This record gives sequence, structure tokens and C-alpha cells, in this order.
Amino acid sequence: MNYFPDEVIEHVFDFITSHKDRNAVSLVCKSWYKIERISRRRVFIGNCYAISPERVIERFPELKSLTLKGKPHFADFNLVPHDWGGFVQPWIEALVKHRVGLEELRLKRMVISDESLELLSKKFVNFKTFVLVSCEGFTTDGLAAIAANCRYLRELDLQENEVEDHRGHWISCFPESCTSLVSLNFACLKGDINLTALERLVARSPNLTSLRLNQAVPLDSLQRILMRAPQLVDLGTGSFLHDPASGASSKLKATLLKCNSIRTLSGFLEVSPRCLTAIYPVCQNLNSLNLSYAPGIHGNDLIKLIQHCRKLERLWILDSIGDKGLGVVASTCKELQELRVFPSDPYGVGNAAVTEEGLVAISAGCPKLHSLLYFCQQMTNAALITVAKNCSNFTRFRLCILDPTRPDPVTMQPLDEGFGAIVQSCKRLRRLSLSGLLTDQVFLYIGMYAEQLEMLSIAFAGNSDKGMLYVLNGCKKLRKLEIRDCPFGNAALLMDVGKYETMRSLWMSSCEITLVGCKTLAKKMPMLNVEIINDEDDIAPSSEDIPIVGKMYLYRTLVGPRKDAPWFVEIL
Amino acid sequence: MSPENLNQSPDSDVGSLNFEETRLTLGLPGVECRGCKSGVKRGFSETVDLNLGSSSSGCGGGDDDKRSSGENDVLDSAKPPAAKAQVVGWPPVRASRKNAMKSCKYVKVAVDGAPYLRKVDLEMYNTYQQLLSALEDMFSCFTIRNYLNERKIMDQVNGVEYVPTYEDKDGDWMLIGDVPWKMFVESCKRLRLMKSSEAIGLAPRTPSKNSSTS
Repeated sequence: MNYFPDEVIEHVFDFITSHKDRNAVSLVCKSWYKIERISRRRVFIGNCYAISPERVIERFPELKSLTLKGKPHFADFNLVPHDWGGFVQPWIEALVKHRVGLEELRLKRMVISDESLELLSKKFVNFKTFVLVSCEGFTTDGLAAIAANCRYLRELDLQENEVEDHRGHWISCFPESCTSLVSLNFACLKGDINLTALERLVARSPNLTSLRLNQAVPLDSLQRILMRAPQLVDLGTGSFLHDPASGASSKLKATLLKCNSIRTLSGFLEVSPRCLTAIYPVCQNLNSLNLSYAPGIHGNDLIKLIQHCRKLERLWILDSIGDKGLGVVASTCKELQELRVFPSDPYGVGNAAVTEEGLVAISAGCPKLHSLLYFCQQMTNAALITVAKNCSNFTRFRLCILDPTRPDPVTMQPLDEGFGAIVQSCKRLRRLSLSGLLTDQVFLYIGMYAEQLEMLSIAFAGNSDKGMLYVLNGCKKLRKLEIRDCPFGNAALLMDVGKYETMRSLWMSSCEITLVGCKTLAKKMPMLNVEIINDEDDIAPSSEDIPIVGKMYLYRTLVGPRKDAPWFVEIL
Repeated sequence: MSPENLNQSPDSDVGSLNFEETRLTLGLPGVECRGCKSGVKRGFSETVDLNLGSSSSGCGGGDDDKRSSGENDVLDSAKPPAAKAQVVGWPPVRASRKNAMKSCKYVKVAVDGAPYLRKVDLEMYNTYQQLLSALEDMFSCFTIRNYLNERKIMDQVNGVEYVPTYEDKDGDWMLIGDVPWKMFVESCKRLRLMKSSEAIGLAPRTPSKNSSTS
């Protein structure tokens, strides 16, 4: 390849789009590194503290699209204190300062302020795509700035963010000249929205294919919107409630009959079973259905709906569907690839309506299934072994038994054998979450068989340091390991310190590691930031003088300890 | 934190549950860690206990909380705990999803001096007045007195005045009525009818109109 001129190699590299592949390509030789770096337009930074914005900008002068991730995954479950970090402002300031022609920004678990939003909206003239997932720190005023200033905005996608809602007017800030919208998702906003402005915005956006509304958008407004946008492919309804006597349901049904491009359906933040029948016209072509936010729909109504959805590839649903309902899914949805079953009572333990039976039925009926998130009441080894036999294609397998230390209820044994069967059978498994009563044995299996595993989540499992060691020694492709409430201590932590440089991050909370152990690790590995998060909720230091660490988060980094750590974070 | 709820013996594990067969032991032999193991591996049940212990402080009837909840008593033996109390971050469901799932909002109501608690579903009401009327019905010896926009509850029999308060998401005790109703419903974790004589630090809501409480 060295005999080709650079332009040819660059042209070849244009076909290499995945960032993993481009990273690999850049390591081949100096010349390829150089060509790759000047042609790269999309950069993915999995941990915003692993590198500085200046170095990214310097290496990739053609940067157009940036993806950043901030807080560790367990922040989703309130395990990370609020002001821990993940601020995007320094990145935006650096991009502005170096006049990067940013067109796309995707952020996950980061903190972004209204000031950042305003700066971004004014300084990046060609800004087109903005995706925020699980972010916080901003209000609808910041969104107003985006709407008002980003002239060529195509995509504004807000997923599960915490936004302070100052009510409604931000959508009116899209100027009349803005006709470029392709995707608009504001389902996570809690406040009212100016419905007239919304309907007019939709009317002047002929390229709009994805629209996800929030709960403040009533059914009649949805019907008017659909009249204007029959080309929609992805629809998220707002409130799906109406007075049955009003005829709104049949009107909506008629409108939906004209929307024959809809392939993805979500929303239903408020819904009643009778209203649900209005969507039957679109069910037969649906690829993706998310009813996981629809409270109070009984299993039987869900079953009736599912029976219309023969082409479903992705289904997110509540456990109120029951084992029986999952049986119907198994016999109807033969194309199913991804299933998520969420608990309808997330505060309760022992109230889930699905058990191992539902999962076994799905595994038997859906040969293409490869991604699973399943909250359930109980699980048995026999069921897991059957699932492993039926479905060896899993790439993501996340099982959450609501009582996390529950053994197999039939045999009273730990679930080691069941999960062992999963990892042995699913050779392409990349992500795994465990629960139930588990001993070190399950980790022996994981270390032995889970060769492609990249992310592992463990809670309330294991007996000793051996468990963690099996995983660290065996899983060569491990990138993210998150552990809570397990009896793993310093011996496991310190056995192979070099391992952590091959990983993105390690989280350990409520385990048995001590401050001395963490300090030892930090000293040996200067390329790691070892953060001790001193939460109020932690175990008080013991009477002995070596305190156990409540929460530790370590990650590899090229730029040393971060300067924005709050007072309760100690970087060793 | 309630350290007294922790089972202090370092080798015993799941204190309140009969899990002898599945008892998990700790530590590798010969590892120096033995000396620096200063805590106990907390099983799920103990973590639940800790939370119950800490959340029952500050309202009438600490131990009664565990019993009177009526649901799945965590002290049941032999079966896996089906406790209603929450361990931080378990089950691993995002906060936004948890909030969306609340279709009813039952909160405990404690009255200073009463031997047991009641529960009300805040979703059933649309205004503070409706809620206070319901409390009036529930604790039928009380009437609600509206002193110039101040909401108080009076026990007519013994002449004791009560001030309705609530514990919010941050764990702070607040006077009822300051925030919009919906905001209150979202953030209220429990109610307490506090004796006026104890409500000294809570300033009157409309200072221009009222004399001070207690």
C-alpha cells in the first residue's frame, strides 16, 4: 500500500467509517496515521476525561462530528453524585477558539448549560445535528437559542434528559425560514408546548421523518400534525388520551391510514386501552414499538396489539405483558431482534409479572433475537440453559432479577450454571449484566468463555477476590467493568494493574477495596485517574485505621488528573 | 446511616434471613487483606435494612414503619426478601423511567402522638384543600382550620393544633402549601402532622397576615 499516492489511500479510507476501524488503521504506520488523521471527520470520545479537546482538535483538523460521553454508566441509577463532572463547556470553548466547523454534536451523560447551548448555536454556522442523551444542566431557554440560531438544523434529538422547563415558547423560536428539520424529539420535556407553533413548524418541514412529542401534546393536535406530515417514518405520540365520545379516535385512525411510512412508534406517555386501538392501522408495518412508558395497560390489551405486529424487530414493553403475552410475542414476531421488558413497578421487589417462562418462550420463537434487557421476578438455571441452546446469537444479554440475590427458586442453587451456559453458547456476546445468587464460579465461566465481552455489570455477586480475577484475566476484550456490592478487595484490584490501561474504565462501589489499595494502584499506574468519590451515603470509616472505599472510578487518560473535580472527589 | 443495623460479626453474613445453605464466605486464604477488611460484605438484605433504618428517623414510630407498611415485611425469613424499601440504584432503572411509572402515589401519613400511620394516594387529589379534607376524614377527630390562608389542623377534643408538613425528595421537612400542587405531589415522600408547639422554626407562610405559629 505504500506505493500508492496518498490521495488513493485517502480515498480508500473514505470507505472505512467505523471509528474502531479507523483507530486500527491509524496504528499501521506513520504514513497511514497522517493520512487517516487529516481525513477523519467523525470522532468518538468514550470518556471525555481521557483526552483534552485541544489534542483532539490538533490531531483531527477536519473534525466535523463529535461524540462525547461523560459520567459513568451507574450515574443512571443515582450512584454518582450530581456534580461529579462531565462538563461540555471546555469542549465547546475549545472548538470555538480553534474555529472548528462543527456540524454534529452527540453527548451522553454530560452536563451542558444554557450558556454552552447559546455559544454553540451562535458560533457553529453549519451546525446540523444535536443529540443529547441523559444529559442535564440546561433549560428550555437554551433550546430556544438552538432553535433561533441554528439555521440549517436538521436533527434535534433529546433523549431522557433532565431539562428545566420554562414552558412552551422555545418551539416558537424556530424562524419561519427554518425548513430543514428532519428529526425532532422532545419527548423528555415536561412542560407545555406552544401547539400552534409546533403544528406550523411541522407544516413547513417537508423533510421531517422523525417526530417525537411530549406529554403536553394532546391527541387532537397529534391528528392535525399527522395530516401535515404523512411522510413520517418515526413517530412518538404525546398524550394518547381522549374522550371516547368525541370521535377523535376514529379521526386519528383515519389519518393514520394515510401515514403508511411509519415504521417506528413510541410515546404513549398517557394512554388508555380503548385509545390504543387507533394505532392498529400502522401495526402491520412496524419495525420498532416502544410501549415501555405506557402505564396501566393490561396484558390482554397488549396482546391484542402485538398480534397485529408481525414485522416487529424491536420491542420495548412493560412486564405487565406477562409470560402469556411474551408467548404471543414469540409466536407473532418472528423477526424480533431486540427485546426490552421493563418493570411496571420499579419500586417493588417481587411484583414483576414475568418469569423465566416468558424468556424461554421468546428464545424458542424468535431466532433472530440478539439483544435483551429483561427485568423479572425469578430465573432458573434450566431456563437459562434452554435459552442458551435456543439463541446463540446474543450480543447483549442483560438480566435483572428484581431481588438481586435470588437463587434458582426450583433448586435453590446459584445461577452460575445458567449464565455459564449463556456465555459458552453466545460466542459473540459483547455486553452482559448479571443478577441473582451468584458465586465465584460464574466468573470462572465468564473468564473462560466470554471472549468477545466488552462490558460487564455485576451487583451483589461473588464470594471472593477470585471472582474478579477470573474476569480480569480471562476477558481479553473487556473495556468497561462496573461492580457494586461485591466482596472483591485489594488483592483482586492489584493483581494485574496493567490490565486497566487496556480498558476504558472500572467502577467499584461498596466492595472491599481500601484507600491503601487504591493509592497503591494510582502510584503504579500514572496513566490512570483513580477517583475516590466520597459520598455522604457511604459506610462510615471503620474503627480500624484503613478505611474501605465507598466508590471508586478509575479510567485511563492521556491528560492526567482533571482540574474540574468537585470537593467530594479525590483523585489519587 | 444506622450502624446498629449492621451485623457486626465479621464472619456472619446475611443476618436476618435463613440462607444457611447459600451462605457466602469471604476472603482468600493467606491474603493480607484479612487485616484490612474493616467492613462486612453487605448482602442485599442488609443494605435494605440500612435504608429502612435511616428513613424511619424523624417521624413518629420508627420501628413501626417496618411493620405497618403492610407489604412484604423484610424480616420474613426463609424466603428471599421482597422488601418495598429501596437500595440506592436497585433495580437499575433510570430515574426518568421510575418517575413515569408512578401511576399512584401512596405516601405514609404520620400524626404526632398517634400509634399507627395511615397511607394516602396523592394522585387522588388535585388541590391541597382536597388533601387536607381527606386527612380530616381519616383522622376524624380533627378539623381543618383555615386561619387567613394558613392551613392548620386542630384536634377538637384536646385542643392541640397540628401543622401539616411533608418530607421531600431531598429529605427536608417542609410546610405544606408553598409549592404548586403538582410539584408537591412529585416531591412528597411522606406526610407528618406536626404538633404546632414543635413547629417552631417554620415561619408562617404569609407573614404579613399571620401571627407566628406556636
